[in-house]
Amino acid sequence: MNNLLIKNGRIIDPANGRDEKGDVFISKGKITPRPDGGAFETIDASGLIVAPGLIDIHVHLREPGQSHKETIATGTRAAAAGGFTSIVAMPNTSPAADSAATITWIRERAKQQACINVFCTGAITKGLQGEELAPFGSLAAAGVVALTDDGRCIQNHEVMRRAVEYARMFGLPVMDHCQDYSLVGGGVMHEGEWSLRLGLPGWPRMGEEMIVARNIMLAELCQSPIHCQHISSGGSVRLLREARSRGVPVSGEVCPHHIALTDASLKTFDTNFKMNPPLRAEEDVEAILEGIADGTLSILCSDHAPHASYEKEVEFDQAPFGITGLETEFAVFCDILVHKRKVISLGRLIELFTAEPAKLLHLDRGTLSEGAPGDVTLIDPELAWTFDKERSVSLSHNTPFDNHTWKGRAVATIVSGKIVWQAAK
Amino acid sequence: MKTWTRKDLIGLDELSAEEIQFLLDTATAFKGVGERSLKKVPALRGKTLVNFFVEPSTRTRTSFEIAAMRLSADVVNITATASSLQKGETLKDTAMNLQALHADIIVLRHSSAGSPKFLADRLDSCIINAGDGSHEHPTQGLLDIFTMRQKHGRIAGLHVVIVGDILFSRVARSNIHGLVKLGARVTLVGPTTLVPKGFEKLGVRVVHRLDDVLGDADVINLLRIQHERQRKEYFPGLGEYVSLFGLTKARAERLKPDCLIMHPGPINRGVEIDSDVADGARSVILEQVSNGIAVRMAVLYLCAGGAGLPT
Repeated sequence: MNNLLIKNGRIIDPANGRDEKGDVFISKGKITPRPDGGAFETIDASGLIVAPGLIDIHVHLREPGQSHKETIATGTRAAAAGGFTSIVAMPNTSPAADSAATITWIRERAKQQACINVFCTGAITKGLQGEELAPFGSLAAAGVVALTDDGRCIQNHEVMRRAVEYARMFGLPVMDHCQDYSLVGGGVMHEGEWSLRLGLPGWPRMGEEMIVARNIMLAELCQSPIHCQHISSGGSVRLLREARSRGVPVSGEVCPHHIALTDASLKTFDTNFKMNPPLRAEEDVEAILEGIADGTLSILCSDHAPHASYEKEVEFDQAPFGITGLETEFAVFCDILVHKRKVISLGRLIELFTAEPAKLLHLDRGTLSEGAPGDVTLIDPELAWTFDKERSVSLSHNTPFDNHTWKGRAVATIVSGKIVWQAAK
Repeated sequence: MKTWTRKDLIGLDELSAEEIQFLLDTATAFKGVGERSLKKVPALRGKTLVNFFVEPSTRTRTSFEIAAMRLSADVVNITATASSLQKGETLKDTAMNLQALHADIIVLRHSSAGSPKFLADRLDSCIINAGDGSHEHPTQGLLDIFTMRQKHGRIAGLHVVIVGDILFSRVARSNIHGLVKLGARVTLVGPTTLVPKGFEKLGVRVVHRLDDVLGDADVINLLRIQHERQRKEYFPGLGEYVSLFGLTKARAERLKPDCLIMHPGPINRGVEIDSDVADGARSVILEQVSNGIAVRMAVLYLCAGGAGLPT
């Protein structure tokens, strides 16, 4: 374990309501008060923000089974290069993470190969089939932090109801990819003017809103939390706002592409703009920004979904959904939310990446409290930075953000007092 | 407009009015070639054209083949079943192989919208869209507009009524883009499920009662309707479709005397169009087919870099 002194930074620690100039000490991997002596490696944070290590609760690491897209080693390197000290891996691997054995394999692999903290989710249903419940008890014992069938959505409301009820016994939050299959059908992009123009099958907003509404009702019925993943529709934001105002335990998350891009981007049929849920219209972007501003949407994440170039370089309707995002998400959010649209303060941005996800999934992270793990991210909120996908450390380069420039970037990532990544000067 | 700079024809949405006019004018020049006894010019001699049809077609493929032969190009036909797509090769790899075989022009028919654009972005060969999913069928749109211009002498100010399954029709989209750019008034007619209001954003009018627009049409273009294999949730059945949207004899009588009756084929006699009406004096369905050759000659000639108009 490392001893590290982070000097002269502006410490923003929303969990403790701190925003002040100062030094942060990490001793034996934990945040520690100013020590009397001892040798500390020093990092100069003058002009930088010193924040608790950023957390992304929606990442596809692709191992086991899809290591041609990403591995735990490369995915966590990409996360570190985006400023993340902790990520939550989705269970739609091959085999699906629906057993203690697979969870244990992932955690062991992460211990050996990950440069940051990897938390696991377990599947809600066996094989993500939406039918039989996975063994939540043994998944909990194996260390999962939440349950989700992400990539798929349980269509049978009775199955989902029992899942939410049963999960409550283990204190495990349930997260849901909200998609009604009967309404979405073969939809590959937002249903609107652009889908009509391009002749591509539409994925209507209502396909998401139906399941968000269902989840609100189930959370209310079961009095147990449901987290709605990657919200894309303005209607979903309104549903969540109303439910949260009544104290229903539901929450929602936002991906950077859903506020940075719209369905008009698909006019070139570039599959790097194809993801699920799809890019929507300007009015959805505005509704999501309002939802972030008023706290309706309390989680920011990437839905980092790497695919090999030969998988993405096919006919549009046949290409898999998903884009990479770990390396770019903080910059996109900082640029849009803090600088361009001034939706939230820098402090709130950091809270959305730290204290909020830690609270949602009961992680002992996202804070610079004394004794907490020494996970720290250094941020330069004014730095202009251009992303070059050829320099990405992810195994896959399926990004819509190649050559985009944003203001604000994580510049160093520290895990348990060890500097695992620093931006090239 | 003096020159044509595109190597590909993907759709009419991306063309300017001037480019469309230039294509139509070039087609007019080529139409004369087909009426000679020696129907061949050396414009594309030494060029190789591959008809790459991943989705079945007879009319369009044959039309491209004849057009290419009249321009003295060498033609190879490939269908999906005979291609290595069946063996799991990707579209990109198959197309790269065609390019490596020195295909100067690839005419692509594919069920996935955007496939011609996908190839055009990656290959040096000329890519001609012969219909991609529900996106566009630009040569069909051009030949429809060419036929309208030939018969009415103009496009600007014409009222063109397009009837049928607009939502899934690439022919409708190419017609809409071309006609709107050239100043025609376009009305779409069909069931609310197949002609959503959203189409109005493309600059057209959307109505759901054919009887309301019959008397005011200069052109009525009937699209093929499919029901047995698909669209079951979009309308209850062909009988109801015919009663609401079929061009029956009674409806045809209410058309203006000079109203053109068009259909991109293949027609369903007794469904979207009455059999006698399809064969009647105002029907230009077969002229559309003939004009297709001249239009495709113009497209191939311009995209493949022919120099100078035929005399």
